[in-house]
Amino acid sequence: MSLITPDFGLLVWMTLIFGIVFFVLAKWGFPMITDSVQKRADRINESIAKAREAEERLRNLSSEQEALIEKARKEQAAILKEAAASRDAIIEQAKVQARDEAAKITEQAMTRIAAEKESALRDVRTEVAMLSVAVAEKVLRKDLDSDPGRDELLGRLVDEISSSEELNS
Amino acid sequence: MRLLLVIFSLLMASPSTEVDLDMDEYLYGHVRDSYEWHITTINGKPVSIPLPVIVISKAGGGAHIFSSHHLEEGEYKGFSIATSGKYANKIVEKGSDGAQIRPWDFSITKNVLGLMINSAILVLIILLTARWYRKHDAAEEAPAGGTGIMEMMVTMVEDDIIKDCVGEDYKRYSPYLLTAFFFIFINNLMGIVPFFPGGANITGNIAVTLVLALFTFFTVNILGNKHYWKDILWPDVPTWLKVPIPLMPVIEIIGMFTKPFSLMVRLFANILAGHFMILGVIAVIFLTAKMGAAVNGGLTVVAVVLGVFMDCLELLVAFIQAYVFTMLSAVFIGLSRPKAETD
Repeated sequence: MSLITPDFGLLVWMTLIFGIVFFVLAKWGFPMITDSVQKRADRINESIAKAREAEERLRNLSSEQEALIEKARKEQAAILKEAAASRDAIIEQAKVQARDEAAKITEQAMTRIAAEKESALRDVRTEVAMLSVAVAEKVLRKDLDSDPGRDELLGRLVDEISSSEELNS
Repeated sequence: MRLLLVIFSLLMASPSTEVDLDMDEYLYGHVRDSYEWHITTINGKPVSIPLPVIVISKAGGGAHIFSSHHLEEGEYKGFSIATSGKYANKIVEKGSDGAQIRPWDFSITKNVLGLMINSAILVLIILLTARWYRKHDAAEEAPAGGTGIMEMMVTMVEDDIIKDCVGEDYKRYSPYLLTAFFFIFINNLMGIVPFFPGGANITGNIAVTLVLALFTFFTVNILGNKHYWKDILWPDVPTWLKVPIPLMPVIEIIGMFTKPFSLMVRLFANILAGHFMILGVIAVIFLTAKMGAAVNGGLTVVAVVLGVFMDCLELLVAFIQAYVFTMLSAVFIGLSRPKAETD
């Protein structure tokens, strides 16, 4: 049957026509199209890569910024901390100094008070002694003039004075 | 719309058209090649485009070029169209002993003219598309409209078929495979168009698919690398399968030929079957013409609906067969370029 037997003439024509079509399209048709599309695809890929790079850089920039701020904040905190510490130290030092000073002043005052007291006591003692002597003189003078029991009184006075003298020494 | 068709078919069923339909002639007449391009028949007179007949006599009559309408009446310059026998519907001449001889026949037949028209359309479309890229910087802008559609199709074939199936050096084969795809596709499509310049059963002709398959065969075997030939002649199988009886090499060599053979038959049979199916569906209208208006009208509606469905199916097949032919060619090419086994 002729349907399944290839006709020679048609074979020749088909080979010729397909050959020409193939030649023309392979030379001026398809490579032009596929290359252009490829070029565009390359360009798009390139652009995407570039955009990604830029984005990356931008992200790095902001993270860098953040790091910088973070660092500044840390430094600030450190400085504040240091300042607080030195302030505390100064106050502490001042306190210690003040305490020492106060102690010294107190000690000095104590010494002086003691000395004053000593001298005051000494004065009082002298005064009392003088007064006693004066009183004794007066009493002696009067009693010696009038009192019959003057010898007894004189003896008792002498005893008292001597005993108080002993107490003070 | 359907009502119109019914009325139309009722008119068709008038007694004057009561002739027996020669089913064989109807079917084969539509799918086979011919020396003239039959367009229609008006009042029993065929309207057709006569085509040039180019024959070189084998009986010593020399080369002749004449119009095919001379053959309508019978013999012309010793050549006639055989009505029966081995060379039915082909041009024959009489040998010295009176037997029919087939001369060298390079006539521009219906299929050859169809091929020329379709090829011209294809070349025009592709070159116009390519011209856009020549005039524009494709890296800066994308085409719209027709060029955009063509770019989409070319890219689809290139990315889905060629790159995937051929592998690394696909660029070398891409023009051939793209040409094959679009050539088959446009010829399939034009085959579905029922009137001039379509309607020629080109990709359903075995000579056409044979040439396409041969192109793939030579591409595969000429450009195949040494690993391909080693796989054929000395495949990696147990030695007793190769010596003393070269069982595997023989199978591989048969395989070399069955691959393009399957390409040839697949495209041919699919397209031919599609044409037969549509013709058969339409034939229902004419076969039932004698059965009365009601039957004929009802079946005409069915036939038209089925015909629309079949045409849609054929559109799909036109694409699928072009796709399959290209893909299998690409696969065979890919197989002909195996890399050295890494072991």
